[in-house]
Amino acid sequence: MPVREGTYGLLAEFDTPGALVRATEAAREAGYRRMDCYTPYPIEECAVALEFHKNRVPLLTLVGGLMGLITAFLMETWMSVWSYPMNIAGRPLFSWPAFVVPAYEWTILFAGFSAAIGMIALNGMPQLYHPVFNAPNFRDGASTDKFFLCLEADDPRFTPEGTRAFLETQGPISVVEVNH
Amino acid sequence: MAKQVMTIDPKIDPRTGEFAVITPGQSFRSVTEKIAGVVLKGETHAAWFSGALFAASVAAMFITAVTWLFIKGVGIWGITMPGAWGFAIINFVWWIGIGHAGTLISAILLLFKQGWRNSINRFAEAMTIFAVVCAGMFPLLHVGRPWLGYWLFPYPNTMGLWPQFRSPLAWDVFAVSTYASISLVFWYIGMIPDLGTLRDRAKLPFAKWFYGLLALGWRGSTRHWMRYETASILLAGLSTPLVLSVHSVISFDFAVAALAGWHTTIFPPYFVAGAIYSGFAMVLTLAIPIRKFYHMEDLVTERHLDNMAKVMLGTGLIVAYGYFMELFMSWYSASHWEFFMMWNRMFGPMGWAYWMLILTNIAIPLTTLWSRKLRVNVVYLFVLSIIVNVGMWFERFVIVVTSLYREYLPSSWGTYRATRWDYMTFIGTWGLFAFLFLLFVRLLPMIPMSEIRMMLPQTRVDRGGPDAETVIEETV
Repeated sequence: MPVREGTYGLLAEFDTPGALVRATEAAREAGYRRMDCYTPYPIEECAVALEFHKNRVPLLTLVGGLMGLITAFLMETWMSVWSYPMNIAGRPLFSWPAFVVPAYEWTILFAGFSAAIGMIALNGMPQLYHPVFNAPNFRDGASTDKFFLCLEADDPRFTPEGTRAFLETQGPISVVEVNH
Repeated sequence: MAKQVMTIDPKIDPRTGEFAVITPGQSFRSVTEKIAGVVLKGETHAAWFSGALFAASVAAMFITAVTWLFIKGVGIWGITMPGAWGFAIINFVWWIGIGHAGTLISAILLLFKQGWRNSINRFAEAMTIFAVVCAGMFPLLHVGRPWLGYWLFPYPNTMGLWPQFRSPLAWDVFAVSTYASISLVFWYIGMIPDLGTLRDRAKLPFAKWFYGLLALGWRGSTRHWMRYETASILLAGLSTPLVLSVHSVISFDFAVAALAGWHTTIFPPYFVAGAIYSGFAMVLTLAIPIRKFYHMEDLVTERHLDNMAKVMLGTGLIVAYGYFMELFMSWYSASHWEFFMMWNRMFGPMGWAYWMLILTNIAIPLTTLWSRKLRVNVVYLFVLSIIVNVGMWFERFVIVVTSLYREYLPSSWGTYRATRWDYMTFIGTWGLFAFLFLLFVRLLPMIPMSEIRMMLPQTRVDRGGPDAETVIEETV
């Protein structure tokens, strides 16, 4: 359990996406690892600078889709062949081509729910409180038109003065300390 | 000549000669404030209230009709033998078809990287959901005992019964329920970052709480954004085969039956194209007044209207091909019943419906949409979109009714006449749809703010260098 008091990190505010990306790359080069960018729209270059290349949403979606396919097909087979066999116009009980359509739909249903819920869960949401919301300039900017870089205090290279001095060199609008 | 237009009209992008997707000169803040302002504005326009009141009173008619239906049963409708599928199925197919354009815009155009869709995808998706809500009412009411509607789903029960999976009607349950669920999920996921923006910009404590809860604590972290983008593209990839399957499955309800006029293999693609055709018409019906009323002409530009009209032209041509093939096959099949069905459809007692359909779906739109001038004429497009929606309703009327009422045995021929309860239920769903849509434009961001931000020139990331900042200045 991380310490939930004191400083969470230093939050630098930038005016343009370019400035943010350059600052993030510089922080990476200076050896910072525990950091995150907060932007009003997705910026691929930030993810590259943070070396966040892969995520597990596609895997979860694949697993969900396969589960949906198997669940629906086995369910239909069991119901039509064993649990409630019915002669429909002389067709075989195991008339699998007819079972394809619901199985197809449930593949999509389960995969879609896995993608959505998986994304939310991997993001640790819902998480209504987060220290960055304490920064006075965060709410007006991060979801509208400003670009933030937060260097977190539990990074081994983090020192309140040194990190602030480093961020000041990157041309931010402001650098504020964020508390838990 | 074209060159001259390019230099004069500021709405035209000089590089492409097309109308600009977003009018130049916007900033991240201006688009955010414009879109969020509609929702967060303290007072509500009187026109909104009168519209909502009117829509609600039309929806009340639906509730009245359904209450009487619950008391008396489906006998109050015009359905009888042999026309056992009347308005309920026509309206179901019509409404669900309208929904298809929303998914096409949000999913298929996203996969094809059609950036212009960003302005219209949110309300097109909302339109999908509300159209599916209206569509879902009809089969549910048509089953006769709607309170037992859950019997359609495979759930363990003491009767030891299970659905009959060889029937297209059971497939329909799966297709439509999946479609409704995935559309809702896709819509909500797409809205999370915007709900975060609304939470941050809201002034009223209740609004902060309401949007804060819905935003799930979204803070725009890059790691979150990357997972979010992956999930969005996956949902788009999943919705694409889904939307194509839904109207295909609905067409199986007809095509699997051994009835002349229904039993054809062209139905799935022809239904899907028709669905998209009517759906884009409905998007235009909604978008044109809304962009005017909320002054969104900068974000929903002539480019959008032009492109939507082009999609209508394309899908309309597929639909026309479908009609022609039906006609051709009724002759080429050398089947006496097919031939009679087609003759009866065109020149029988209900032939007027067929010619209405040809006029409104083919003759008017497919001759005029070739003109760029008409494609960007809002008044013309608005009128045309209503004409096409009328036409698509007649298409379903023709398919359902004229195939049924004179089937194989002349001794069982009958006719179909909708009752006032049919009309009340149908018109009532328009009120329901309009009411839900008005609530949506007042309470939720109708244009995706984060996606609009991505389309602005300021998003260019510069790698430093001496003139990097000036480039940014210029693009701003």
